[in-house]
Amino acid sequence: MPLLEVTDLRTSFHTRSGVYRAVDGVSFSLEKGETLGLVGESGSGKSVTCYSLMGLVPQPPGRIESGRAMFDGIDLLHCPAAQLRAIRGKRIAMIFQDPMTSLNPYLRISEQLIEPLLIHQKISKADALARGLAMLEAVGINDAANRLHSYPHEFSGGMRQRVMIAMALITRPEILIADEPTTALDVTVQAQILELIKNLQSELGMAVIFVTHDLGVVSGLCDRVQVMYAGRIVETADTRTLFHSPRHPYTRALQRSIPSLQPKGRELYTIPGLPPDLSNPIAGCAFVPRCEYATDLCRATDPRLLPVDPTQATACLRVQAGEL
Amino acid sequence: MTSPILRLNDVKTHFPVDSGFLTRKRTGTVKAVDGVSLTVARGEVLGLVGESGCGKSTLARTILQLVPTTAGTVILEGKNLTSATAGEILTARRDLQMVFQDPFASLNPRLTVYATLAEPLLVHRVVTAGQVRARVAQLMEKVGLSPQFMEKYPHEFSGGQRQRIAIARALALEPKVIVADEPVSALDVSIQAQILNLLAKLCREMNLALIFIAHDLSVVKHISDRIAVMYLGKIVELGPAADVIERPRHPYTRALVSAIPTPDPDRERTKKRLVLAGDLPSPLNPPSGCAFHPRCPYAQTKCQTIVPPLIPAGPNREAACIRLDEI
Repeated sequence: MPLLEVTDLRTSFHTRSGVYRAVDGVSFSLEKGETLGLVGESGSGKSVTCYSLMGLVPQPPGRIESGRAMFDGIDLLHCPAAQLRAIRGKRIAMIFQDPMTSLNPYLRISEQLIEPLLIHQKISKADALARGLAMLEAVGINDAANRLHSYPHEFSGGMRQRVMIAMALITRPEILIADEPTTALDVTVQAQILELIKNLQSELGMAVIFVTHDLGVVSGLCDRVQVMYAGRIVETADTRTLFHSPRHPYTRALQRSIPSLQPKGRELYTIPGLPPDLSNPIAGCAFVPRCEYATDLCRATDPRLLPVDPTQATACLRVQAGEL
Repeated sequence: MTSPILRLNDVKTHFPVDSGFLTRKRTGTVKAVDGVSLTVARGEVLGLVGESGCGKSTLARTILQLVPTTAGTVILEGKNLTSATAGEILTARRDLQMVFQDPFASLNPRLTVYATLAEPLLVHRVVTAGQVRARVAQLMEKVGLSPQFMEKYPHEFSGGQRQRIAIARALALEPKVIVADEPVSALDVSIQAQILNLLAKLCREMNLALIFIAHDLSVVKHISDRIAVMYLGKIVELGPAADVIERPRHPYTRALVSAIPTPDPDRERTKKRLVLAGDLPSPLNPPSGCAFHPRCPYAQTKCQTIVPPLIPAGPNREAACIRLDEI
């Protein structure tokens, strides 16, 4: 049985200018100890998917329209708030993109770091601090004993992200949701943080949902990848398959527009047009206006995510028909 | 190569740091740019890479004289900008324009595209009032925007389109040099490719020199003829783009190259990664000798005392490391 099973999640935002379907029928499962990459451009719904699971979508204007997210027999989307609070931060933890703004500037690192322990476990403050110190050391902060009582502004961006990771992992969660945790960091620091997440994951045996727009990051870290477009999953496959034989036209186009894979001087491949406006209902496949293979059938029929291979599922009618 | 259009000689930009509330005391200096010499030829694309805080943006601002230069000279077509008067700098800016990172912040939200693009034309009186509209339409077409959007405001455009407007604004005066400070960092991959293609095309067509600043090496490699790598205010490696990325000489460049995640799972999982320890040191209190020595896997005792100069390291290449031949 999968650790987490999400079925037909739909989250929309009801604004004055219309209903914005941020997540439009997303289903996936996460196995124990697995690293799942969630890839897509901005506005594709990857963050909202995570926020929905964690009960962090502001309601209103947000609304979970339908779906289930089963974790250990509990539906995260519909369980009572108190039950979700007991899971969130303890069994499922999350780290965010911007380490500069996700720590409270008024509180010492020590207080923020041990807060999840004090809330979720019966533990004395002294024991919690000892655990906090051990955790800071585990995430590679030098001189942790002296820095434990510092304020966030005394730390660099990479260090703050390490603190965030320490805070998320201090309760030894079963699932870590990482929402673009390295996007705001420099490449050398990004390499450090990715290494750290990899090591801690194998130590703690937790599952990770890693949200990113960077296919390069995914390739080294994830076991399986899901590509999102306009609030839907368009392709899912194990990492090697996705990189070696992407099937969905969007995945293929995305891969072709990465500069490092193309020789210098040649014009970069670009996907024509823009992602669709999610406040208008989309008939058929959302990628149609930008897809070079689109047919009339694509415009009329909503493609379902169906297996095209033992390890790969694609939401494209033409791939499913064996035409691409 | 023809004579360079832009030449920087030992440029330094230092910022004083004061502390104290009633009695201000000079407590230190941030050497944001500390002795940079560079040349850029007509039509050349020079990529400038480095981590945040290494001084790339300050160097960009120094070239445009948006911040006062502490020492050294910036020479544009034989004219020394560092000793020029405000009027002379204004004239020079016709030839020297900038594109900023964040197209959401660099456009005035209260001005239409027309007003944004007409402003430089009117300030510098390059066209008569009657011709402005036609010129703006031409500019918009050049960057791939339809002139029918002339009366729209920035918020009505997507990030990629806004960056096109910012590029059109920089092109309005037909400059000879454009400094683009992280022009694609805020954009999605598919949009990023469109803007890179546009910049490359414009450089070719208009024989523009472009200084392209970015932290993403794969982007820089794609667009640049030459690459300069910066670390704590100094250039540590300089050379032809493909050479620098494929055969980096300086240990810092090597670390930077190995840190780029490649979209190839097989290579990504097997390659030996040179993960640097720690962060960029504080520019307020830079390490002695070679500024990179505390993070450098090859550092020796002498690296703590000797400030390495940029020395030749192969054809058209330079690197600032005293152990180049040993590593």
